[in-house]
Amino acid sequence: MQRSWCNSKKKKSTIERTMGLIGETTVVDSIKSIQFRQAFSQAVTLGIIVASALIIWKTLTCITGSQSPIVVVLSESMEPAFQRGDILFLHMSKDPIRVGEIVVFDVEGRDIPIVHRVIKVHERQDTGEVDVLTKGDHNRDDDRGLYAPGQLWIQQHHILGRAVGFLPYVGWVTIIMTEKPIIKYILIGALGLFVIISKD
Amino acid sequence: MHSFGYRANALLTFAVTLLALICAMSSLSDNLNSPSPSSHVKVLNINWFQKSTQGNDEVSMTMNISANLQSLFTWNTKQVFVFLAAEYETPKNSLNQVSLWDGIIPSKEHAKFWIHTTNKYRFTDQGSNLQGKEFNLTLHWHVMPKTGKMFADKIVMSGFSLPVEYR
Repeated sequence: MQRSWCNSKKKKSTIERTMGLIGETTVVDSIKSIQFRQAFSQAVTLGIIVASALIIWKTLTCITGSQSPIVVVLSESMEPAFQRGDILFLHMSKDPIRVGEIVVFDVEGRDIPIVHRVIKVHERQDTGEVDVLTKGDHNRDDDRGLYAPGQLWIQQHHILGRAVGFLPYVGWVTIIMTEKPIIKYILIGALGLFVIISKD
Repeated sequence: MHSFGYRANALLTFAVTLLALICAMSSLSDNLNSPSPSSHVKVLNINWFQKSTQGNDEVSMTMNISANLQSLFTWNTKQVFVFLAAEYETPKNSLNQVSLWDGIIPSKEHAKFWIHTTNKYRFTDQGSNLQGKEFNLTLHWHVMPKTGKMFADKIVMSGFSLPVEYR
């Protein structure tokens, strides 16, 4: 079986050699098709990488119940507990907020959520709603000055999650990338180039 | 196949995996520690007790707090955040927690302490329910690891009460 296939191949090549011009174009075509396949498989690999990153992120969101399950600490207000560049893992459980917990919350009119510690909790008898006051460990005063004008308390719907885990330094990657976008483009470019030139 | 890029990549992957594993293991090792902290709080004096212009009761008191939290420290402990909160129930609120004093303990040597202090944060109620109110003083602590999972616990001390009259 194999032998006969070999034979036919040989026969074909001899035919091509004799036919000249037509033979050349078929060779070019086959090379082109190889390049197309390679490019296609590289695109698929890249797609898988992007998709799996997205899958991991969305799965984390589902498990933790928090919109942004991982946050990077940007300010010094919680030192020495959290430093700039530390990563926090958030969890959003049904458990009510209690004093001492570190919560991440949104304030109207502010783009970036705040990570601070709860120092006061008042939980309603009838509805179970909570009024929460927060303060940064490193700050002298409580957060009423940071809240929206006239706002005295943080409520459940402001809270994005509570910090449950901690990883130091890793967040510097994102801080550097947001503050120096050129590094981000260089990195993405280098990665893209690496994917294109590297052959499996 | 054995280019510089591939070797660098393999080395980096290995190093990061190893680092993540060590972080996870050191966080898990915290579970092996079974702490036995102790604490004692005494309210020495009610300095003043009044109703503010907003209609909320407010108290100022002097306390004596002593605690031994040395057993909380492990090799993966960065700091312990300790605070004393007054906890009580009112007709409107099923739970009120008001932090009165807090402190950061950076190392095991400082974890056995004794402090004489007035309340650092305002002891204010939501409303006017504090006259003759019985409350608990709870010493909470939040252990901040060098890496990994944070954990917290508390000691509840009950049997405190506020005076019936403003002063």
